[in-house]
Amino acid sequence: MDFNDSPEEAKIREGVRAWIAEHTAEYEGLPAPASNEEYVARQRSWQKKKYDGGYAGITWPKKFGGQGKGPMESIIFSQEEGKSAAPTGLYAIGLGMCIPTVFTHGSQDVIDRFVPKALDGDEIWCQLFSEPAAGSDLAGIRTKAEKDGDEWVINGQKVWTTNAHLCDYGIIVTRTDPGAPKHKGLTMFIVDMRDPGVECRPLKQMSGGSDFNEVFFDDVRVPDSWRLGAEGEGWKAALTTLMNERLAVGGKPRYSPDWSTLMAVAKEIETALGPASEQADVRDQIAQAYINDQGVKLTQQRSLSALSQGKTPGAEQSISKVVVAKQMQDISRFALDISESAGFMAAAEGSELAKLQGSYFGSAGLRIAGGTDEILRNIIAERVLGLPGDLRPPKDTPFNEIEAL
Amino acid sequence: MNFDFSDDARELQAQARKFFDAEAGPDSARRVMNDDDIAFDEGMWQGVVELGLTALRVPEEHGGLGLGAEEACLIAEEVGRSLAPVPLMSTMLFTEALLAAGTEAQKAAWLPRIADGSVIGCVGWGEGGTQVPTSMPNARMTKSGLTGMKAPIADATIAHVGIFTGARTAGPGLFLVEFDQDAVQVEAVTTLDLVRQHGRVTLKDARAEAMGGADAYGDFLDKAAVLSAFEAIGTQDAAMVMAIDYARDRVAFGQRIGRYQGVKHKAADMYIKQQLARAHAMHGAWAFEVDAPELRQAAAAARTAALDALAFTAEENVQLHGGIGFTWESNCQFYYRRSRALSAALGSRGFWSDRLVRTLERRNAAAA
Repeated sequence: MDFNDSPEEAKIREGVRAWIAEHTAEYEGLPAPASNEEYVARQRSWQKKKYDGGYAGITWPKKFGGQGKGPMESIIFSQEEGKSAAPTGLYAIGLGMCIPTVFTHGSQDVIDRFVPKALDGDEIWCQLFSEPAAGSDLAGIRTKAEKDGDEWVINGQKVWTTNAHLCDYGIIVTRTDPGAPKHKGLTMFIVDMRDPGVECRPLKQMSGGSDFNEVFFDDVRVPDSWRLGAEGEGWKAALTTLMNERLAVGGKPRYSPDWSTLMAVAKEIETALGPASEQADVRDQIAQAYINDQGVKLTQQRSLSALSQGKTPGAEQSISKVVVAKQMQDISRFALDISESAGFMAAAEGSELAKLQGSYFGSAGLRIAGGTDEILRNIIAERVLGLPGDLRPPKDTPFNEIEAL
Repeated sequence: MNFDFSDDARELQAQARKFFDAEAGPDSARRVMNDDDIAFDEGMWQGVVELGLTALRVPEEHGGLGLGAEEACLIAEEVGRSLAPVPLMSTMLFTEALLAAGTEAQKAAWLPRIADGSVIGCVGWGEGGTQVPTSMPNARMTKSGLTGMKAPIADATIAHVGIFTGARTAGPGLFLVEFDQDAVQVEAVTTLDLVRQHGRVTLKDARAEAMGGADAYGDFLDKAAVLSAFEAIGTQDAAMVMAIDYARDRVAFGQRIGRYQGVKHKAADMYIKQQLARAHAMHGAWAFEVDAPELRQAAAAARTAALDALAFTAEENVQLHGGIGFTWESNCQFYYRRSRALSAALGSRGFWSDRLVRTLERRNAAAA
């Protein structure tokens, strides 16, 4: 066993580090963007640099404009990018999930039209999947697409669409045949987010922030050539997206408290019995936090090691998100608890307590986004451990005849 | 990067697993439990010796195989999985104590006999009360010998030699005691684990040889924690498989109970806890193998996480089986009982989680 890069990986890392250091200097110490325009401009400038430097679409096949390299190259780049001041995030969904679906299921014309402009950062993409009545049960979506000559007409509503208000295009799953069984009547399209029939309404989260939207579609017309995959094969296309999502999500947010946060907070708190960090219940929480944080990191190392060795990682990675999200909530709550009144009153911006207050709310969202704790446990139990699935209506029941039990 | 066991280590594990699958498991554990006259399965022990499992970590110059920590860890996992009623863990821990804290003469005297299976060893720090492994022992060495009481000591009733803690100025140190002397009395004690026999060792001015002091003992404890984490993960995995098999089979309200999320999510939690424990245990195996400065931290995390996973799984395995799981005839009790044995064997979760935090604090202070 060893935790070092192979000589080949070390060489790649060295090159990546030098390139990133040279190209991120201008972002060092910048204040947070003051407007959406500034945010987009900053993100776009970084994506363009990556594109020009040959670091965009690292694992994508060359014929789609990618670099045709292995997963380790991409992982090394992300690791180094994450340590730098590079402004990342806006393109994660588009390039991580949407465009791989486009080049897997789209026609050559569609690929030629959309993939290069997405990769160089010109056009920003979002993913229009969840609906008010279909979240965990994604295949239950109701947004309609009806054929009209060479076009499709889309009507309905999506929700939880991250960055929809900043995007140029999206991939959308629609129901094209309500009389077909649930998973058979779906079709996926590309949709123009600037179409006058598309309305984005920002959702305000319980944290007070606004990262995602409700999106309404009112007679939005898309050409049949923008279909991704065959009519009725939308579920298959959606699975491509979701498989890519699992590769993309699972890491933790940039700020995420861990055992050392808790230790630092506890050290500063004086109680009648001495520093809080000397008390058994606090120490137990710190230990538990370490077990979880470091356990997830080491589990990721196991998967990376397999990739590095040219092997297929095992199922161990399936635990990451479910552990990380709940852990973030537990640590934040515990740290706010032992901070007593100070943990409850709005803390000074930028302070450790303010970050903990933020992550107490952020974690509540993280436990739901990209697969709830419950869905992820179902997946582990069914796919990894081989337990039988929930009982469901017979698979061939037409969608519009399914009744709630 | 290569954060995985070597192919050679995996191959050895596969051989051991094949052997224990055929010879050990709950049925053999039950035979030993039901017969008060047997403390272990002698036939199986012969097989273990023939497979070379007692010689694994013994250096070649002492007649052993000279293998590394990786191999030992994976064998510990198989002992844990199979509940094998043989004194292999005790003998492996005895070997590690000799390697970490023994003099050259002590190694030369005992390691060859460990390797060829002619000697069974045991180790112990407990004195039957509420001490933790780092408490100052009551056992004390004077000019006339080592005096004290050690219990519960796994496999003491069948061992030929033991390594025990005794008071030293700087904390507990280790002492090597041959059992074939009048000053050493060993009797069986009843514990919550009815398969792995434990003993009480009473020493009255016993001939004993001093080994390493507090530092060497600390080093041994960390290595023992890594091995015991793998043993616990093996036992946990067996209990998890048992629970899953039952959930796939048992029908209630017209469906297999594994379809219910109340059942399914418990199974997922068993897996999640196992994966966390396994990642820490592998980190510990690495630190053990290369003698990394992270060993103490990794060992404490591995043991804490493994005890968590095992206690949860052993308890929920009974729960998922319902009434049948609570019966004497069910095999659930073996994992439930072994969970207690492994917790008591080396200091409980609370001791190790505190040791973990203390190590992290020291590391932070050193970095500051």
